[in-house]
Amino acid sequence: MTTRMEPGGERPAIRFDRVGQVFTSSDGSRVTALEDVSFTLRRHEFVAVIGPSGCGKSTLLRIIAGLVRPTDGQAEIYGLPVTGPREEVGIVFQQPTLLPWLKVRDNITFPMKHKHGRVTAAEKERADQLLEMVGLGDFAHKRPDELSGGMQQRVGIARALLHDPDILLMDEPFSALDALTRDEMSFELLRIWTERPKTVLFITHSIPEALLLADRILVMSARPGRVREIIDVGLARPRSMQTLSEPRFHDIANHIRAQVFRPGALA
Amino acid sequence: MTSPTTSAPRSSAPAPWPERHRRLYGALDRGAPLLAALALLLIWELACRLLAVPSYLLPTPSAIALSAVQVPLDSWLTHTWATLRVSLQGYALAVLIGIPLAVALANSRLLSRTLYPQLVIIQSTPIVAVAPIIVVVLGAGDAPRVVITFLITFFPIVVSTVTGLQATPPAMLELSRSLGASRLRAVRDIQLPFAVPYIFSALRISVTLAIIGAVVAEFVAAENGLGFFIAFSTSFFKVPQAFAALVVLVSLSLALFQLVSLTQRLVFPWSLPKTEK
Ligand SMILES: Nc1ncnc2c1ncn2[C@@H]1O[C@H](COP(=O)(O)OP(=O)(O)OP(=O)(O)O)[C@@H](O)[C@H]1O
Ligand SMILES: [Mg+2]
Repeated sequence: MTTRMEPGGERPAIRFDRVGQVFTSSDGSRVTALEDVSFTLRRHEFVAVIGPSGCGKSTLLRIIAGLVRPTDGQAEIYGLPVTGPREEVGIVFQQPTLLPWLKVRDNITFPMKHKHGRVTAAEKERADQLLEMVGLGDFAHKRPDELSGGMQQRVGIARALLHDPDILLMDEPFSALDALTRDEMSFELLRIWTERPKTVLFITHSIPEALLLADRILVMSARPGRVREIIDVGLARPRSMQTLSEPRFHDIANHIRAQVFRPGALA
Repeated sequence: MTSPTTSAPRSSAPAPWPERHRRLYGALDRGAPLLAALALLLIWELACRLLAVPSYLLPTPSAIALSAVQVPLDSWLTHTWATLRVSLQGYALAVLIGIPLAVALANSRLLSRTLYPQLVIIQSTPIVAVAPIIVVVLGAGDAPRVVITFLITFFPIVVSTVTGLQATPPAMLELSRSLGASRLRAVRDIQLPFAVPYIFSALRISVTLAIIGAVVAEFVAAENGLGFFIAFSTSFFKVPQAFAALVVLVSLSLALFQLVSLTQRLVFPWSLPKTEK
């Protein structure tokens, strides 16, 4: 099923080579979600993906996750074609996808339970630490429906971090959070990423968020989804609230806005 | 609208009448089903007496109660146990076969295309009409009655479980796939729990169907059981006695129905709609 392999030194963590994705619905109509998408992510690089709704961002993530086979081209992880889900990948889905009958902590350890049929004491302890980290320490024994949408999304993030994945795929993980929690979670994510370096692909609709977090930003065009531009953020790390007031921050933000909202970009 | 008590001092008065009124209303509301049932029994009793309806057509509630007492407790127990035994065996068989079959149907297009139409045919066959044949084939003993009960109870369980399994949000199955878990684990950890509300609504319906199944089977061939007892009583024009057996049957059905509901509430409290928690 999953290919175990040591992370390669110089090989890119993720590589897309002219990937295309055409969906055929049951009534025979075809939707081109992605067309001729090529890019590479260096190991431990933080890349944000931005683009209009429906441009194929989630599809792109699913292809890396091994959940969808591209209809054209090839996706690679550490130089090997993606043929299915892999152990070293952690995913935060666009919806929280929590199991309503499990307590919050059991939801976080669910991947272990589901894969191996049991959860070790160490994993439970780590789940509690992660809960603490996402600010839900007091909610370990609540059920998901007792949590707000933003809190559920944070549980989803903790779940993806449980096995300390080398590659982290995040699909608009902060979209259900209020602005304050969002900033807080952004810095928390940066802290985790600095402490335990990983390759992160982070889908977002928020330009400031992308700028605050990423090394590079992949700007996509509307359907069919193509790579419009890949931008080097070049803002100094560690980033902080001050980063938000740097002139370069505003320059790039304006540039992306012009790209995304260019006439026809949302068509 | 102003009520006369709005000006009354609140502290010294025992309870302002809208409050008392509400409490009385609440008590009435809770007792309403019971009161309605008692009223119906009273009307029934009076109507039969006033119109002098002969008891072999429609016995009065009091006559039914009287005949119930006249039947020895021992024979009540024998008949009730016979019916209960057949019902529960048929029901258990339906659950044990129906749920795994539903899992197979929900996960295999081939199976659902080949087996499902045949299940529909079985369901469309009037089991009452087939019952005598089953009795001839399976002979004496509980076996034919259990099979008839099984055939009546099994279909709702399969259909409802398949619906529940297919109602699993695709995102959840995607989560399972992303973890590289086996299909079997996905069924066990994700699909079946999602189907629990559906399974239990089928289990509730089926448990009452199981009683019906057992009674139908006893009408065809039996030497005891409440169905047999009703057939036996009516053939001797002991209509009040038949009615008494009917009351026992209804009570049995209701008790089993409640037992299934209680099981769901105790074992799977999260599967209940929010308002019922
Ligand atoms: N399984 C599928 N079958 C058919 N069409 C699909 C499927 N998945 C996605 N699509 C289509 O592909 C296109 C891209 O979808 P995708 O979910 O990747 O967009 P997105 O960029 O993530 O959008 P959003 O920002 O709203 O989440 C859409 O037009 C969608 O309808
Ligand atoms: Mg999406």
